[in-house]
Amino acid sequence: MAKVVIDGVEYEVNPDNNLLQECLSNGLDLPYFCWHPCMGSVGACRQCAVKQYRDSEDTNGNIVMACMTPAADGAIISINDDQAKDMRERVIESLMISHPHDCPVCEEGGECHLQDMTLMSGHNYRRYDKKKVTHRNQYLGPFINHEMNRCITCYRCVRYYDDYAGGTDLAAQASHHHTYFGRYEEGVLESEFSGNLVEVCPTGVFTDKAFSEHYSRKWDLQTAPSICAGCGTGCNITPGERYGTLRRVVNRYNSEINGYFICDRGRFGFDYVNSPERIRLSPEISDDVEKKLEQFKTDDAIGIGSPRASNESNFALRELVGEDRFFSGLSDSDHEAVQLTLALGQDAAFRSPSVKEIELADAVIIIGEDVTNTSPRVALALRQSVRNYAMDLAKQSQIPAWQDAAVRELAQHDRSPLAILTPYTTRLDDIASEIVLGPPSQLIEVAGAVAKAISENAPTISSGDDRVAQIAKYLAEAKRPLIVSGCSAGRIDFIKVAANLARALSEQRQEVIDLCLTAPEANTLGMSMLTNEENTLGAALDKIRRGEARKVIVLENDLYRRAPHPDVTDALEKADSLLVLDQLPTKTTEKATLLLPATSFSEHEATYVNYEGRAQVSFQVHQNNSGALPSWRWLSKDRKENISSLTERLVKCSCSFEGIKTLRPEIHVAVSGMQIPRQSHRYSGRTAMRANLNVHEPKQPVDEESVLSFSMEGIPPGKDATILGAPWSPSWNSNQSISKFQEEVNGDLKQGNTGQLLLDRDKSDTYLEIKLDVPKADGGLEVALVHQIFGSGELSAKSKALQKRMVDPYIGLSKADAESLGLSQGDSVSIDGNGNVAAVVVRTKMKVGTAALYCGENDIDHHALGETVHLQKVASSHHRGLGNLIVSDLYEEGY
Amino acid sequence: MSGNLIASTARKARKLTEEEVHEIEHEMELYPDKKAVGLEALKIVQKHQGWVSDESMQAISKFLEIPVSDLESVATFFNLVYRQPVGENVILFCNSVSCWVMGCESIKSHINEKLGIDFGQTSEDGKFTFLPVPCLGDCDKAPVMMVGDDLHRNLTHDKIDELILTYRKSKQVE
Amino acid sequence: MIVNPLTKNIDMTRPPLEISGYESNDGYQSIKNIAKGMTSTDVLQKTKDSGLKGRGGAGFPTGLKWSFVPQGEDSPKQKYFVVNADEMEPGTFKDRLLMEGDPHLLIEGIIIGSFAIQADTAYIFLRGEYKVAERALRKAIDEARERGFLGKNILDTGFNLDIIVHTSAGRYICGEETALLNALEGKRANPRSKPPFPQVSGLWGKPTIVNNVETICNLPGIFTYGIDWYQSLTKGKDHGTKLFGISGKVKNPGCWELPLGITIRELLEDYGGGMQEGLDLRGFLPGGGSTDFMLPEHLDLKFDYDDIAQAGSRLATGTMILLDNETCPVGMIGNLMRFFSHESCGFCTPCRDGLPWVVAIFDEFCKGQGTRKDLEILHEHVEYMGPGRTFCALAPGATAPLGSGLRYFAEDFEKLIKE
Ligand SMILES: Cc1cc2nc3c(=O)[nH]c(=O)nc-3n(C[C@H](O)[C@H](O)[C@H](O)COP(=O)(O)O)c2cc1C
Ligand code: SF4
Ligand code: FES
Repeated sequence: MAKVVIDGVEYEVNPDNNLLQECLSNGLDLPYFCWHPCMGSVGACRQCAVKQYRDSEDTNGNIVMACMTPAADGAIISINDDQAKDMRERVIESLMISHPHDCPVCEEGGECHLQDMTLMSGHNYRRYDKKKVTHRNQYLGPFINHEMNRCITCYRCVRYYDDYAGGTDLAAQASHHHTYFGRYEEGVLESEFSGNLVEVCPTGVFTDKAFSEHYSRKWDLQTAPSICAGCGTGCNITPGERYGTLRRVVNRYNSEINGYFICDRGRFGFDYVNSPERIRLSPEISDDVEKKLEQFKTDDAIGIGSPRASNESNFALRELVGEDRFFSGLSDSDHEAVQLTLALGQDAAFRSPSVKEIELADAVIIIGEDVTNTSPRVALALRQSVRNYAMDLAKQSQIPAWQDAAVRELAQHDRSPLAILTPYTTRLDDIASEIVLGPPSQLIEVAGAVAKAISENAPTISSGDDRVAQIAKYLAEAKRPLIVSGCSAGRIDFIKVAANLARALSEQRQEVIDLCLTAPEANTLGMSMLTNEENTLGAALDKIRRGEARKVIVLENDLYRRAPHPDVTDALEKADSLLVLDQLPTKTTEKATLLLPATSFSEHEATYVNYEGRAQVSFQVHQNNSGALPSWRWLSKDRKENISSLTERLVKCSCSFEGIKTLRPEIHVAVSGMQIPRQSHRYSGRTAMRANLNVHEPKQPVDEESVLSFSMEGIPPGKDATILGAPWSPSWNSNQSISKFQEEVNGDLKQGNTGQLLLDRDKSDTYLEIKLDVPKADGGLEVALVHQIFGSGELSAKSKALQKRMVDPYIGLSKADAESLGLSQGDSVSIDGNGNVAAVVVRTKMKVGTAALYCGENDIDHHALGETVHLQKVASSHHRGLGNLIVSDLYEEGY
Repeated sequence: MSGNLIASTARKARKLTEEEVHEIEHEMELYPDKKAVGLEALKIVQKHQGWVSDESMQAISKFLEIPVSDLESVATFFNLVYRQPVGENVILFCNSVSCWVMGCESIKSHINEKLGIDFGQTSEDGKFTFLPVPCLGDCDKAPVMMVGDDLHRNLTHDKIDELILTYRKSKQVE
Repeated sequence: MIVNPLTKNIDMTRPPLEISGYESNDGYQSIKNIAKGMTSTDVLQKTKDSGLKGRGGAGFPTGLKWSFVPQGEDSPKQKYFVVNADEMEPGTFKDRLLMEGDPHLLIEGIIIGSFAIQADTAYIFLRGEYKVAERALRKAIDEARERGFLGKNILDTGFNLDIIVHTSAGRYICGEETALLNALEGKRANPRSKPPFPQVSGLWGKPTIVNNVETICNLPGIFTYGIDWYQSLTKGKDHGTKLFGISGKVKNPGCWELPLGITIRELLEDYGGGMQEGLDLRGFLPGGGSTDFMLPEHLDLKFDYDDIAQAGSRLATGTMILLDNETCPVGMIGNLMRFFSHESCGFCTPCRDGLPWVVAIFDEFCKGQGTRKDLEILHEHVEYMGPGRTFCALAPGATAPLGSGLRYFAEDFEKLIKE
């Protein structure tokens, strides 16, 4: 700790930080633009000017940039000094000389960091009366709007997009006051994290295009703290609703998980909530729905759970049908993999690292999981982890970590090691030190050999790959090695070999090893914790087919995504009655005898368990007005059931849910019985917004179960960030206000809640057996499943914005395989002759013998396929085409 | 199969000439990093083609595996990388302070009149492109300008008339 | 005794000396002297002792700068020596003379500097427009390599060195040493923050020295004729000779090597031949476009780092630009502002957005449309774009002629205000 004096007051500071960070951490207001808590300082904007004095004798002082000055012990500075204030006002004034002043029509208005800083620095009158510089804007795809005239040239966009997120298609162009930030030519921004530009840009250059189409001011949005339902990472988000529709999603700070950034699936993949196809309670059944439901509340029903439904809903179904008759909603292979993941999650040798902890790794191996497409936020964290080498180097050279450009220049391309074992090139290849390409069986061999090289006790597996020793060496020698895998490739052996490798490391190093096993859906782990190991979906379908279960309840799940289509059809047609609860129509809902509408993630309060086993609560943002209820409510025996009593039983159900007890703040914690408003104190039009329907102002709906109210009244969360939807603080209307809620910038939230880890690590286990049966040489190609960030998520794929980025099912082949099969780029093939058609993508880096199969939105029944497939050319048929495909190794000939 | 099934910008790349490839490969020996060679490659291509077209940019990007955005970012930063076609003779006209004191404005107007072009423009016959350049470091002989590789000093209206005549006639070197 | 070590071989009416001619005139003697057993520490110490100050503008002691390069076992093995030959400062035309006139002198100096910091690669960052210099340097490097002054194990010292000529693609900011490094790395030439200084983390993150052409050309003399000789050259406090230049309306504009510490009047009258017929001197920028104006009353000051600083300006490049009584000072400053505005890299706010505003105001003044409000804004910008406020020294450089011009030529600005 060091002491600095700021305007005569002494503060304890961390000397490893710079003065701007410390001013903000200590609650002082100091304007800035180019600095960002996650991206450090570059000193471009000159907005954070303060006066620094040599010592207490010095009365003149010098103007310095707080962000570029270390918070060294004994530093004396002044924010309020007249010259410093004048400097900051001048900076704003000159940033504004060409700014269009179009706040009234700008999407950023009301949450604009530039507006805030302008006010804060006191500039209020434009003296500039000369010609402005204007720019031409670019089409950047369906997600992001471009309005360069608003640019203040802080360089944050390119520093985020290129340096932080690894994008390659956005850059600074031209120079002096013509500096331009854009793509080389118009076109879709390729990065999977492009949406963060909306939040990174301090003004309205990059705005949310989908939001613009049904725009509302920040203060007019009803919000609540929520959890992204896009994948199993569990990023924290703030959805905003107006006039009954969900308008947008923005990042919500969580120091352990997403920090300041989410991915584009999370940001743009929500608007299925507003879909006109949402299942409604049909008038015919609404009268006797209770009676119809009663039929299912008997002993001979079975229930099939859902990895995308909440713990509460899965638990209510399990209570209804009984533990033994509650079945997994995952495919059988996923179920096995996730059960193994859960078992490993209780193993004392491992730790499941949070996203933030992933960033701390200094040697990583990824085994068979394409994280960018399955758990995107994890991929973004891995990008940061490889910079630990640079950080170490900087420390040795006494360059502070916040000197962003200096640290990058020092390290150049040198990074911490990252090995990727993958069947096809991935979007992290650019930061990899080793890329081992091959069909899945070979990759398992390589990973197994690495484990063996680290510990003699590991199962004997050998590989001819000459990189094995190298990879083993750096994992063994790293400060904090990390193993990443998951079940999305449909190969449990990837997880097994990852666990063995982690165990080998744990033995060799005598310490707990970071083992990150991703989870595909928002509550994959939560549902699986409630499911008995033997209760597979296959078993359920068999039971139905054998007539042992005549009544079937399917919770928020399209079984056609989980099992071979003929099996599902066969079973569902055998059942006497089928109750399906869901949000949108699926092939499964078509078969329902009773179809009930379920609320979406933003329409109910519930808990979800992410890949780490971290339970988090997601609050209700808005009401559903078409009769949907949370599934748990439909399923409860007692229709008067409330979520608190349900939660109490869940906590006691001996499935490791004790931790969620403290997650949901109870109403009685609220100050003097007042709830916390979901609407901002500036929320406008409340009394008039329904005037087109009825001039009588309705009573605000009452939320009896939550600490949040559907109202502007109440006590806002203040400094308590536990229940913080949209952050706001006086003078800070933009998302940068979050620093007012943090212990220190980029640190924990004051009284914040980062969720609860549910799994106890109290077991110890041994190596797992891996069967290395190389697929039969029947001339078939070994299948490796491919996922697409835009398309593979069941619900997000229904969002309009994401659909504009989706592609047809395809099959990636090596050039040699394509040639020997007489196939060329773009041909259509049928797979194993079962009628499933995919387009051929020839990829230069794929290894012979691999077929990288992307199934589209379940257009291909891959559960019906074996480990190897045969392809046959058929007449071409294309729907979306492959124009949105972003792969680095596309074989180009003929295009 | 229709070409637009798969979006690929790479198809816009032209083929680099053998000479260009040879020279770029030579530069690769001089710099430990490809990015440095990127800027060199832009200059090499410009030397041979007169300017850097989109197709050239794509070609360099492909050859060196540098994102085309990064190339554009530096190409548009530097004064002497031309992203638009230029005339056979590029006039780099010094308009910095010493030349200004020595009357370069009047020389400039004279060129404007004679060639019918202002800064940034190319004459209709494609012979001349007229560009301003910061101080050419020959201030004791101001006003000065460069045409191609050649420096012309102590400019007067008559000298300009003469030079225009000579360059009109001469063939481009390459 | 040699009194003009920098230019003794230069005769612009003929091509530069080839290596044999150069060698026969004491050329490469310094390398031979060093090869007799001097260590890099010796070379560094001797450079320090000579009192040589950088000729690139800032006047920083060269030996001291070199001493910041980490040496020893755990320092990075790779180090770079970089020659700043980007000469683009308006009114500056000295490095061109050295490189076109006697390229071997620069090469000899580079070998000394590289040896001192133990760099095995040196880059000459040459401005792209200097075609003649480029050809001369390339030829000289080939000759030197052939003679064993470059390459592996130079004169049996175990020291290796290669010199690579890099031609720039044109931007004044590339002369700023850290922007230069970015340009050399093929990046946008935005400057880098200091600290860390290039001596610690420079080219490709490795310890790097950047020196001006003229600075380096001082080295061969020091290591051939010795420190005593070197220190006897001067007429003032600082050591050695300096290239001085005059441009503007004098009878005989040009560039000469003279002892530091001669008076400005001597330079103007004895070498420049005095003002052209019928013209009077109104003021001058003593060391290129980014120095403060000085007035005729300063003519008897010594051309020396300190004396010029005391008059509120800087010696900088030592090439003066004259303002005569028939040239409009407002127009002249406006021209400089346009230069700086265009050459701003666009990284930091005061420079990027301040200079265009200043230019726009000068445009109005030059049309006689100035306003009092705008004049006030000009005054504000002098401080706003000054030292410490911007990321690098480009904009503060611009404020030098601007601030001093506003002060010294106030009545000229007044006259252009539209009443
Ligand atoms: C905007 C700007 C332009 C510069 N241009 C040059 C230049 O063209 N040549 C040069 O030698 N130094 C130039 N300098 C100074 C260099 O940054 C650096 O100080 C110098 O090369 C160091 O060499 P020296 O120690 O030998 O003087 C410039 C500085 C600035 C701020
Ligand atoms: S989709 Fe996954 S990574 Fe993206 S924001 Fe949602 S939970 Fe996070
Ligand atoms: S100002 Fe024109 S050559 Fe120097």
